[in-house]
Amino acid sequence: MTTQIIDQVRHVCTLGGLQSVLAIDRAIPVLHAGPGCGQKLWGAIGLQNGGQGSGYAGGHTVPCTNATERDVVFGATDKLEEVIENTFKVIDADFFAVLTGCTSDIVGDDVGDVVRQFQKQGKPIVWAETGGFKGSNFIGHELVLDAIFDQYLQPATEATPGLVNIWAVVPYQDPFWTGVYSELAELLRSIGLTPNIIFGPGGGVAALDRVTAAQFNLLISPWVGLKGVQQLEERFGTPFLHYPVLPIGPTETGKFLRTVAEFADLDRNKVEQYITERENHYYHYIERAAEVLLETRFLPRHFTTVTDSTYGLALAKFLVSDLGLIPDRLYVVDGIPDHLQEEVRGYFKDLGEGIGAEVTFTPDGGAVQNELRATKFRSRPLILGSAWERTLAKELNGFLLSVSMPVSDRLVFDRSYVGYTGGLRLVEDIYSAILSDFQ
Amino acid sequence: MSTIDIKRNEVPIRENRLGAVTGYVGTIGDLHERSSGCGVGNRERCFTQASACSSGCCQNQLASIADALVINHAPVGCAADSVGGNVNFKSGARLRGLEYVNVQVISTNLEERDTVFGATDKLRDTIRQAYERYKPNAIFVTASCVSGIIGEDIQSVLNELKDELGIPLVPAFCEGFKTKVWASGFDAAFHAVLHGIVEPPRFKTKTNKVNFVNFRGSARKEIINTFSKLGVEPVFLLQHSTVEEIRRISEARATVSICGTLGSYLGNALEQYYDVPYVKTEQPHGITGYKNWLRSLGTLLDAEDAVEAHIAAEEARIAPELEEIRARLKGKTAVVGMGPSFGHNYTRVLRELGVEVIWAATWHFDQNYDHGEVPESTKRLAEADESLQVSVGDQQNYEIVNLLAKLKPDIYVTRHGGSSVWATKMGIASYMITDEYAAFGFNGILNFGNVIIDKLTNRSLARKLAERIKLPYSDWWIAQDSFALLNAEGF
Repeated sequence: MTTQIIDQVRHVCTLGGLQSVLAIDRAIPVLHAGPGCGQKLWGAIGLQNGGQGSGYAGGHTVPCTNATERDVVFGATDKLEEVIENTFKVIDADFFAVLTGCTSDIVGDDVGDVVRQFQKQGKPIVWAETGGFKGSNFIGHELVLDAIFDQYLQPATEATPGLVNIWAVVPYQDPFWTGVYSELAELLRSIGLTPNIIFGPGGGVAALDRVTAAQFNLLISPWVGLKGVQQLEERFGTPFLHYPVLPIGPTETGKFLRTVAEFADLDRNKVEQYITERENHYYHYIERAAEVLLETRFLPRHFTTVTDSTYGLALAKFLVSDLGLIPDRLYVVDGIPDHLQEEVRGYFKDLGEGIGAEVTFTPDGGAVQNELRATKFRSRPLILGSAWERTLAKELNGFLLSVSMPVSDRLVFDRSYVGYTGGLRLVEDIYSAILSDFQ
Repeated sequence: MSTIDIKRNEVPIRENRLGAVTGYVGTIGDLHERSSGCGVGNRERCFTQASACSSGCCQNQLASIADALVINHAPVGCAADSVGGNVNFKSGARLRGLEYVNVQVISTNLEERDTVFGATDKLRDTIRQAYERYKPNAIFVTASCVSGIIGEDIQSVLNELKDELGIPLVPAFCEGFKTKVWASGFDAAFHAVLHGIVEPPRFKTKTNKVNFVNFRGSARKEIINTFSKLGVEPVFLLQHSTVEEIRRISEARATVSICGTLGSYLGNALEQYYDVPYVKTEQPHGITGYKNWLRSLGTLLDAEDAVEAHIAAEEARIAPELEEIRARLKGKTAVVGMGPSFGHNYTRVLRELGVEVIWAATWHFDQNYDHGEVPESTKRLAEADESLQVSVGDQQNYEIVNLLAKLKPDIYVTRHGGSSVWATKMGIASYMITDEYAAFGFNGILNFGNVIIDKLTNRSLARKLAERIKLPYSDWWIAQDSFALLNAEGF
């Protein structure tokens, strides 16, 4: 069997779930891991990915036991206990999640035993075994959610009508995540629902505490997070709607809103009215930009994606359904577990306009780049990938927009490509890359 | 004094080799005196924040060699620093006008079953795939916590493949849990180079090259120019150097370094094995450091006259502007937070500029370098002002934030990412030295002085940010002594 090597990392390991903890306002991870794990991970999916720095309590603020040789020989649960105790004294936070690294998981420290003592004292703390060898940070994100759902959430006395938890992209790994969640919330609010957003500014423990009171869970992702919503259904009886496509642009956003409205049994007229309003807004600008879209020199006709499955699918649907482009080589690099691959592959069969695409699943970016080097492109290729593709795009005389980790060549605040506004942002960014290329 | 052994495939960590510590608080006089005498005992902490590990320093050094490739025998997360490494690598390429390429760091992607059954097959296969893909002139295999704990026999795999691939295949041992001093990773990288790449000199006479151990080499043109006056050419290591250049560094006239922490091992090893003298003065930051460093190099090269002529001309040239800068910085206070070599060197530079350094924190401290002496920068600082307050911590931000809250300096001067932001959040001006040549010699001190003046002239970002944000520390902690959670020696 050939080893699945990873050349040019486009995701990190399970312990990368630490950033999902930091994505909850005033929540902080406590690492029981090597001294360099945190720095490597937040460096890659944070700082070098849209310029997402330490924020309130990330980066070198994150408590960590900084494993030593003695710890891997004799175990280090005493040290962990001491660091947790002092974390409560030193750090001003509302929620704590102890995450283990490879060292602890191989040695077999009984971390649960340590954390349960603090849980018994009523401390808002959970734990998860996230040793890096368990897989990607997509899995790490799921493990963090699993721990929170299992160890922290309490059943609500009654469901709040219209309240919907939104679970979508993995915070930090997607540099646009804050914008994504707030735009999804805005879309739901506009059709009469009350979104509950756990990740990002303004959520925090209050949002976590509302989770079990939701009328339903809305999962917008091809596969990440599916376990979580199933778990919430089993434990708390909350139904879920799984919508695999992150909606970008009018076609998919309209479908998305109608699907949600039907699931939530909302007033159809109100939803249609909102869709019309927003489509008018979208097409006002597209009409105005038609010359640029059609008459600019060196326009690409085909597009290539080297992204995670969420963006691969979302971008392809939008570019095919709304911009009239043709998919040419779609690579999905998020290391989807084998048993979920066929289902995700299926989503790419229908991108709109009777057009479907074959996708290649591989976490090996170097292999992807070699394939692209050997590909004959009939027009200048448009590559939606990562900063790793900057050199490749130059070699292939193509256009590059970095949208998938690592996005080290862009600073990202609250923009996203979601919804109607997001579609416009994406068209702006793609065509700005084209216009600025030859000027 | 430790004896360097480049025949072994692994170098001892700094704690064992250089008496390095990561926990200390006191004065520079005490630190120097005890380092020269019975030694400083490390102080542990009962609360710690994520620091950094040796693997990052190691594999980013090795990956920056132009025609080499790094295989990280680890779960995928350990290769995450190649992302930042790539950004730094490209900034180096930009400085030198080189074509952009990506760093080549490939993960063997260790998974759960590998921790049980071992993964030497995976390593073998990865090396073959990597060689086939990029045809590098050398492959380095960096170890990890996982490969270390499960006892992977990396060397045997490399021995097996050596003839098949016909290029140097070299291990680099930089397991994160082995040391608290991430700079041990520099030694692991240089050791790999010494053990597996560098060859003994081919000729009796030395070349006209001087090995220059540095990072990205922004002052390259100035150095080439100055060195030409001394009749030598610099070879900048390791970034953007080639395997062939590295193979020949044993033939150089001398080795110098921009950073004592970075250069100690390689410089002393080349001196001990191949009689390439290593310049052991302070580093060439600011005026005194630069002069002592260049004079020492000049003596080694029999170029004293050229050095004196250069120094006299440069000193006269910058004198008026330097006076202006000093006048503007008079009475300003600074706290320093950097690696030990930069920290103690930059403290001296700030003092040269007339800034009062009220605290110098360093991320670790080597009680001696590989030639068996206390770092010269520390010794000189202790001679100049033995009462200077210093501390050592592996970038424990809670201590730094607490300290800054108490000392309230005009500026916090730092190196290593993720520290300057906290001063800024407290309304204190800060400057992170990203360029290792920020205060290099006569030009550098003027540039550095002007940067400090700019930082102090407009503090709007720091002031306004500080008004709006809350620090992540409890009031209890901020009220404690900055080193309340630093245990006594021996505990």
